[in-house]
Amino acid sequence: MKRSVGDKIIDAIIVFFMVLVIIAMLYPMWNTLAVSFNDARDSIKGGIYLWPRKWSLYNYQSVFKTEKVFNAFLISVARTVISTILNVFFSGLLAYVLSHKDFVLRRFTTVFMIMTMYINAGLIPQYFLYRNLGINNTFWVYILPGMVGAFNVIVIRTYINSLPASLSESAKIDGATEMKIYFNIIFPLCLPVLATVALWVAVGAWNDWFTSYIFAPKQSLSTLQYEMMKIISSSMQQGAAQTPDYLQQSQSQQSSMVTPNSLRAAMTIVATVPILIVYPFLQKYFVTVNIGSVKE
Amino acid sequence: MTTNIATSRATIPAKPKQSFFSQAKKQKELVLITIPYIIYFFIFNYLPLWGLTMAFQNYKPYRTFWEQEWVGFKHFQKLFSDPAFYRVLRNTLAMSFINLVLGFVTAIAFALLINEIPKQLYGFKRVVQTISYMPHFLSWIIVCGLVSNILSMDDGIINNLLLATGLVKEKIHFLGKPEYFWWIVGFTNVWKSMGWNSIIYLAAITSIDPCLYEAAAIDGYGRFGRMWHITLPGIKSTIIVLLIMNAGWILNAGFEIQYILGSNGLVLDVSETIDIYVLKKGFAGTAGSGFAFGTAAGMFKTVCSAAILITCNKISSWLGEERLV
Repeated sequence: MKRSVGDKIIDAIIVFFMVLVIIAMLYPMWNTLAVSFNDARDSIKGGIYLWPRKWSLYNYQSVFKTEKVFNAFLISVARTVISTILNVFFSGLLAYVLSHKDFVLRRFTTVFMIMTMYINAGLIPQYFLYRNLGINNTFWVYILPGMVGAFNVIVIRTYINSLPASLSESAKIDGATEMKIYFNIIFPLCLPVLATVALWVAVGAWNDWFTSYIFAPKQSLSTLQYEMMKIISSSMQQGAAQTPDYLQQSQSQQSSMVTPNSLRAAMTIVATVPILIVYPFLQKYFVTVNIGSVKE
Repeated sequence: MTTNIATSRATIPAKPKQSFFSQAKKQKELVLITIPYIIYFFIFNYLPLWGLTMAFQNYKPYRTFWEQEWVGFKHFQKLFSDPAFYRVLRNTLAMSFINLVLGFVTAIAFALLINEIPKQLYGFKRVVQTISYMPHFLSWIIVCGLVSNILSMDDGIINNLLLATGLVKEKIHFLGKPEYFWWIVGFTNVWKSMGWNSIIYLAAITSIDPCLYEAAAIDGYGRFGRMWHITLPGIKSTIIVLLIMNAGWILNAGFEIQYILGSNGLVLDVSETIDIYVLKKGFAGTAGSGFAFGTAAGMFKTVCSAAILITCNKISSWLGEERLV
């Protein structure tokens, strides 16, 4: 089709608008990146927008040298990896079980599971449950409550139902157990949808600070996001009475080298980059799944 | 020949109605896998419901369940007579409404515009899409940090731009002024989720028959005419279903952004939502004196929310579209 001059003008306007959107989406992170690589004393003067004026890796060094932050980083990684593996495995297994149309407990289990998406006892009963289970202030509070997700199970089950049933049936005739079929046939075939669910779970686990705040406030169990939360809410409060002690320390000991603002910028990058790196690897899968769920 | 068929039909018995137990025995492995899940859901999702009894008690942590004093609806009466409760309800509904409307309009408009990027610029289109998804992966903590940087009084880019262009005479303390707060939350939501939410509309657009566009072009419709008369009607059902389903979450205006951006204490009148109210009341006081009241407030929210959600899902399934489940 020939494009008229009017069409080309509209194209140009659209492209211009999209460039504005890109700038608006990228600028806040880009600016933080520039500040994090800029010398802290120099940043105080202001005017750092797109590029560091005086390069320095000192902000990152002091982030990782602070034992609390490094420990929080390890806890964040551990809980994210473990939750993701467990949730994907257990949600997938239940999805496979529920994909058997003639399974006697199918209806009951499905309703019992879907109900959990609507009912929610609320924060305080939840707090009591965890206390009675003895998982408050332990690493388990990050893992146990999120081992299966009802929504994830439904998404995976829909995908399994779209696979040809003959695959698992022939394996069953050959005498394979259900677990074997799940591991050797269903699991590999479901990789696209499992990758999608893995991304959902990983993003949720990595970005969660509320669990630490309410259920595991112990310093040794703190996560990166929770440390970020402490820093940001203390910088929001003018008095800065609750400045985490390592910031005060760094202020007094090396006052000339690091400022809370620069440290915060470096920590923002450290708390963001790992989850952003995961995303491109999984991207090709989940666009197809999203389209699939629309047509469903 | 005919008799043959007749007899063979007769010999194939109608599938015998197997008893529950004989069938369960055959599916022993499946049953064994399922039981731990049922126990798991029971413990983590159903057992805490028992804690809702607290809402009707004068709960004291050191007493056993049998020693608790029952007070009926006292906590609910207190809740409904608390002016602060109506304030947080207003804030929740207002921010939900702003988020809903702004979120929908921007995501749909963005999807329409992405769809209009000419085919020769395919690479550019991919870049725009990928970048627009990025904020979805940031945590609310990080986003709040970025927002407070951007709007900061010292060296925040927005204030600097406004000053440089002469739109304002002096810097504005955006995060300290109650009149801006809802809109800051609204536009932050747009920033974070516009790209991500546009995915579903783009998917719906791809299923529109291309012949319609050609026919419209022959009929003399321009770019915007085609957008208005073909693309929008083509994704209308997706829009309506998503709108109804999202309306079901009206009592969940969010928690994190209001909690963190409101932590400077200057805008609490407009920033606190029901969730923050539950948190603050529930863990207020010493030795768990707020637990019962917090539970009552949380229960009010859960019950209303579930009722709204189920109604909305019913409406959307009644409209003939796929529900959430």
